[in-house]
Amino acid sequence: MNKRLTVSLKNGDFCGIREIPSFSGEELSSVISQSAGEGMRIVSFFAVPLPKDGGKLFAVLADDTHGVLYPLASAELKSYPSVTPSCPQAHLFEREIFEQSGIIPEGHPWLKPVRKLMKNDSFYHIDSDEIHEVAVGPVHAGVIEPGHFRFQCSGERVFHMEIALGYQHRGIENALSGTPGLKTIHYMETLAGDTTIGHSTAYSMIIEALRGITPYPRAEAIRAIALEMERIANHIGDLGALAGDIGYLPSKSFCGRLRGDALNMTAEICGNRFGRNLVRPGGVRYDLDRPLSEKLLAKIKDFRNDAVQAAEIMWDVPSVLERFEDTGIVSKETAARIGMVGPSARASGLKRDVRSQFPTGAYRFNHVPIVTYESGDVFARALTREMEINRSIKFIQDLLKNPPTSPLMNDKAKNIAGDSFAAAMVEGWRGEICHTAITDKNGGFARYKVTDPSFHNWFGLACCMKNGAISDFPVCNKSFSLSYCGHDL
Amino acid sequence: MFKSLRARIDQKYRTIPFPISDPVLPERYTGRPALSPEKCDRCSECVSVCPTGAIALRKKGITIDTARCIFCAECAEICPKDAIVFSREFRMGANEKAGLIENGAERKPISALNKKMLRTFGRSLKFRVVSAGGCNACEADINVLGTIGFDLDRFGISYAASPRHADGLIVTGPISMNMKEAVLKTYEAVPEPKIVIAVGACALSGGIYAGHAETCGGVDAILPVDLYIPGCPPHPMTILNALLELLDRIPRRNG
Ligand code: SF4
Ligand code: SF4
Repeated sequence: MNKRLTVSLKNGDFCGIREIPSFSGEELSSVISQSAGEGMRIVSFFAVPLPKDGGKLFAVLADDTHGVLYPLASAELKSYPSVTPSCPQAHLFEREIFEQSGIIPEGHPWLKPVRKLMKNDSFYHIDSDEIHEVAVGPVHAGVIEPGHFRFQCSGERVFHMEIALGYQHRGIENALSGTPGLKTIHYMETLAGDTTIGHSTAYSMIIEALRGITPYPRAEAIRAIALEMERIANHIGDLGALAGDIGYLPSKSFCGRLRGDALNMTAEICGNRFGRNLVRPGGVRYDLDRPLSEKLLAKIKDFRNDAVQAAEIMWDVPSVLERFEDTGIVSKETAARIGMVGPSARASGLKRDVRSQFPTGAYRFNHVPIVTYESGDVFARALTREMEINRSIKFIQDLLKNPPTSPLMNDKAKNIAGDSFAAAMVEGWRGEICHTAITDKNGGFARYKVTDPSFHNWFGLACCMKNGAISDFPVCNKSFSLSYCGHDL
Repeated sequence: MFKSLRARIDQKYRTIPFPISDPVLPERYTGRPALSPEKCDRCSECVSVCPTGAIALRKKGITIDTARCIFCAECAEICPKDAIVFSREFRMGANEKAGLIENGAERKPISALNKKMLRTFGRSLKFRVVSAGGCNACEADINVLGTIGFDLDRFGISYAASPRHADGLIVTGPISMNMKEAVLKTYEAVPEPKIVIAVGACALSGGIYAGHAETCGGVDAILPVDLYIPGCPPHPMTILNALLELLDRIPRRNG
């Protein structure tokens, strides 16, 4: 381990802002590259801009083996040597730093916009009579979020695909600065509407760390149940959508319905299919009493039987396998180099799962074994998610049968610690969600940074299309199932 | 082959009978706010907890603007007089913004399209769905209407891949500045006559993003809107019911 990483944090912990080791730009860059070379990952990396010009950089590195996070900072600077050339997982973070603060990562090979709309002539372009360019979006053919994709193709074959996002940008990060207010939790719940529980839990962990309170075990159990419900709803829905994309209609129809059943289970807990209004700093707003637990146990049993069948009939159909296998491969090495997370990383053989490696709340006592697969193709991403559904169901059943008893809300009034730095991670259904907060001397947010798993993974989609067929794009895209709004914020 | 036939039988028939009978909604579902203005003693507690400024204290008591409301139910929780209660009524929506303000009065159903429009769209209506700056939950619940549970197509309503093949737009999100041009172009591409439906608090008023410089603050800031469907997100039943009311496809109750 790098000796210059002098402060370590557990997941959902905080430290004084002045305790964080601070480096010059050159040093920071070399510490990050070196640590990444030793197997650490960049969990977050961002700037706190100064009013006039330049700013300070902050990074959070993760050591998955020991379950520890390392915060680092830089002195005030206007430019620094880019980390990306030696450590590609930094590339989007550095583009964002440049876009948000004007700080220049010198030597960055691809310093393009992240959320500002890209100009037509700034796309990567292959100049050749044999290459044609295909441009798709922002408005797509299906009911999905807006994004723009550019393909450089020769016939069916894709040489290069570029992804331009930012269409869903609605200014949440900006609005989060200052003292948390009435809207704050709702911003968190809508960072990515399909990951309400994941993001609202991460935010609650931040506030709980900064206020020095711990939620009660029952609240932690309800949060975890809701998080796993969110996972199974999205996983089963995407399995159905994958089947739909290749025209295998039985699984498409069954899974589509089952997704609704999973969302309705969440609605039984809190009244909302997406888990709105459930998780709050200090605990949860709704209880799971005995009759409701039993009702859910019965529902989840039916769900399990139907879900297993709906997914498994797909694997018996050669035409399904033919479309999924060897399509859109991301090798383990690539996945590691570009810093992928979540089921897409696990499908490429990487053991990365916050629930086991940085467990908090109910995950400290009830474990969800990590699912991995090796082939890194669409099939692997689908199968990983099917297996995760089964493990999540088991986890939910265990907790529903034996929920801890305690109050729901720990609302001891304590102030938010000033001049502090807090970091919290949650394994959302797409992967690692990371929230970091820096408070000013009065406990307001000087900076609140959200890293959605999609931020790590969009580049994986671009990589998996290299040399693939353009007609495979829909299944590849769906197999990653990334968030546009979570990326655009 | 045998397995998939078997699965077809096991997975059963799942389409809900709505509108012939009402759907079963979760017990804790927060539907249309039921206000009792006469109970309100103007303590303004509700106003102080509302994240979207949806509540107004007027001479005749409180009102909730469902264009802004995100149904967090904080107001009902804090009201000491039970003047605000969230009912389990899923029918909501209006043709005009004024119709979205709840004041305790009975709900007026959405007016159906005029005869000429109904002749054109009554049996077949295609929408291009455009998502513009929201959180994706509204799209998800629009999308879900296409699944077998709701089976939107049985009413002749479907989603078209291209605006040129559509009769109208369903728009979600507050319209981010980055999507403004794309939304306008998509609207232009829809042939006349066309209708626009705004779904969700974001699309109705900017929702929780109201006031953000990165957004336009709702669909009617840039397009004429024919139908507003409140919620954050609206329950799929709310969307389905509103579409059917617009097409005059709901059997009238009590005459
Ligand atoms: S339920 Fe609606 S009116 Fe009540 S506090 Fe929430 S947003 Fe405001
Ligand atoms: S109205 Fe609510 S649910 Fe719909 S897009 Fe906006 S924030 Fe999301």
